[in-house]
Amino acid sequence: MSDPIIRVVVAKPGMDGHDRGAKIIARAFRDAGMEVIYTGIFQTPEQIVSAVIQEDADVLGLSILSGAHVHYAQEISRLLREQGADDVLFVMGGTISKADRPRLNELGVAAVFGPGARTGDVVKFVRDWAAEHRAA
Amino acid sequence: MSGEPRPLHSRRDDPQALAAGVRRGDLRTIARLITFAERDEAAVAQVMPLLQPHTGRAHIVGITGAPGCGKSTLVDQVIAIARAATLRVGVVAVDPSSPFTRGAILADRLRMQRHSTDTGTFIRSLASRDELGGLSAATWDTVRILDAAGYDVILIETVGAGQLETDIVAGAHTVVVVAVPGLGDSIQAIKAGLMEIADIFVVNMADRPDAAQVVNDLRDMLRLNPDHPTWEIPILTTVATVGAGLPELWAAIERHRANLRESGAWAGRLKNQARAELLKSLDRQWHHHVQERVAASGSLARLAEEVASKRLDTHSAATLLWEELGWKQR
Repeated sequence: MSDPIIRVVVAKPGMDGHDRGAKIIARAFRDAGMEVIYTGIFQTPEQIVSAVIQEDADVLGLSILSGAHVHYAQEISRLLREQGADDVLFVMGGTISKADRPRLNELGVAAVFGPGARTGDVVKFVRDWAAEHRAA
Repeated sequence: MSGEPRPLHSRRDDPQALAAGVRRGDLRTIARLITFAERDEAAVAQVMPLLQPHTGRAHIVGITGAPGCGKSTLVDQVIAIARAATLRVGVVAVDPSSPFTRGAILADRLRMQRHSTDTGTFIRSLASRDELGGLSAATWDTVRILDAAGYDVILIETVGAGQLETDIVAGAHTVVVVAVPGLGDSIQAIKAGLMEIADIFVVNMADRPDAAQVVNDLRDMLRLNPDHPTWEIPILTTVATVGAGLPELWAAIERHRANLRESGAWAGRLKNQARAELLKSLDRQWHHHVQERVAASGSLARLAEEVASKRLDTHSAATLLWEELGWKQR
């Protein structure tokens, strides 16, 4: 059988309706042969984590332009941990200052892709992670 | 986080533990077992016999229709009504895979996310992967897993169906076909395929012009249909975005369930379903077997070359391959 297909939840938390970036990255994952569960905008951390669990996602990609990234990383990491899903790869994209990145990494965000990041790099990061962590 | 390897082969693979987890309603176990079913993993063949005795209780409702006709929004509204009636709801939402990259955007869930944290609702998106009949190969295993987990109603949303994606009818007790205004004239209503499988017709977006015409076309089509002695196929109108007509749709779904029970058709549908699935399962195994044998024989490339260079026609090449693999001619 071919490699297991990587499943990614793409979500936008909170009161931030700018979903162009989320749609672009969803499309890039799709074109890379992944299955993208697109949950859309205005999501609560609880809704997002619930989707990750029910969909048995390998990866959670959070798109965030509101500035509240530390808060959401904290909440979502906590919920993932509480629900036994902290083996999921958690990545973030959006307008996130470099200064905040170490804090996000501490909170369990494996990578942060800011403005100017190339979709190819994001895809490669996810693929490399899957190759390393998901090998049967 | 993200440092630990994913426990694909931990004791989660133990069939007894997986079955017990499903029966207990453990969300992670249910979700993981569905993934195993999608990957056709060996564990599934060991777990399903343990779950089978606990299935057969759920009312399985298929919802199908053209892309963008409002299926997901209708499902979202049906979930709300069923939950208000304290029923537990499982949803299997299928979206198409790319035939080129195998990737997919699964966005049915987007319309249903308000139910995401409801403990009485479980929503799973499936990509169609290699199936062309409007579902995914894992659909019926997923339905059985949710059935065994105690969900009372299981809603299956097919991919946006064209005219021939009718696999849903094989395993659903009740099939809802969704039509919308603006997709063609009355001739579309008498075409073969999708229009033949409805237990309930819904004309969604009924606030648009021409909705009444669609209802009329469907009514004319049904008037010529003598095949349902015990069930008159209703044609309902809805505006799913605002919930209009939804109580009537739910009432029709419930009425159809009662009708199946009373008429004895419920058992008949189960038998048909078992038969169709059995054949499909056999087909899939046979397909894998043939693919493996062909790959191992090495004749494919040689014969394809012969066909491409016009020295051989396709039918003769297939016959040669068939014989080389040691099978008798039909």
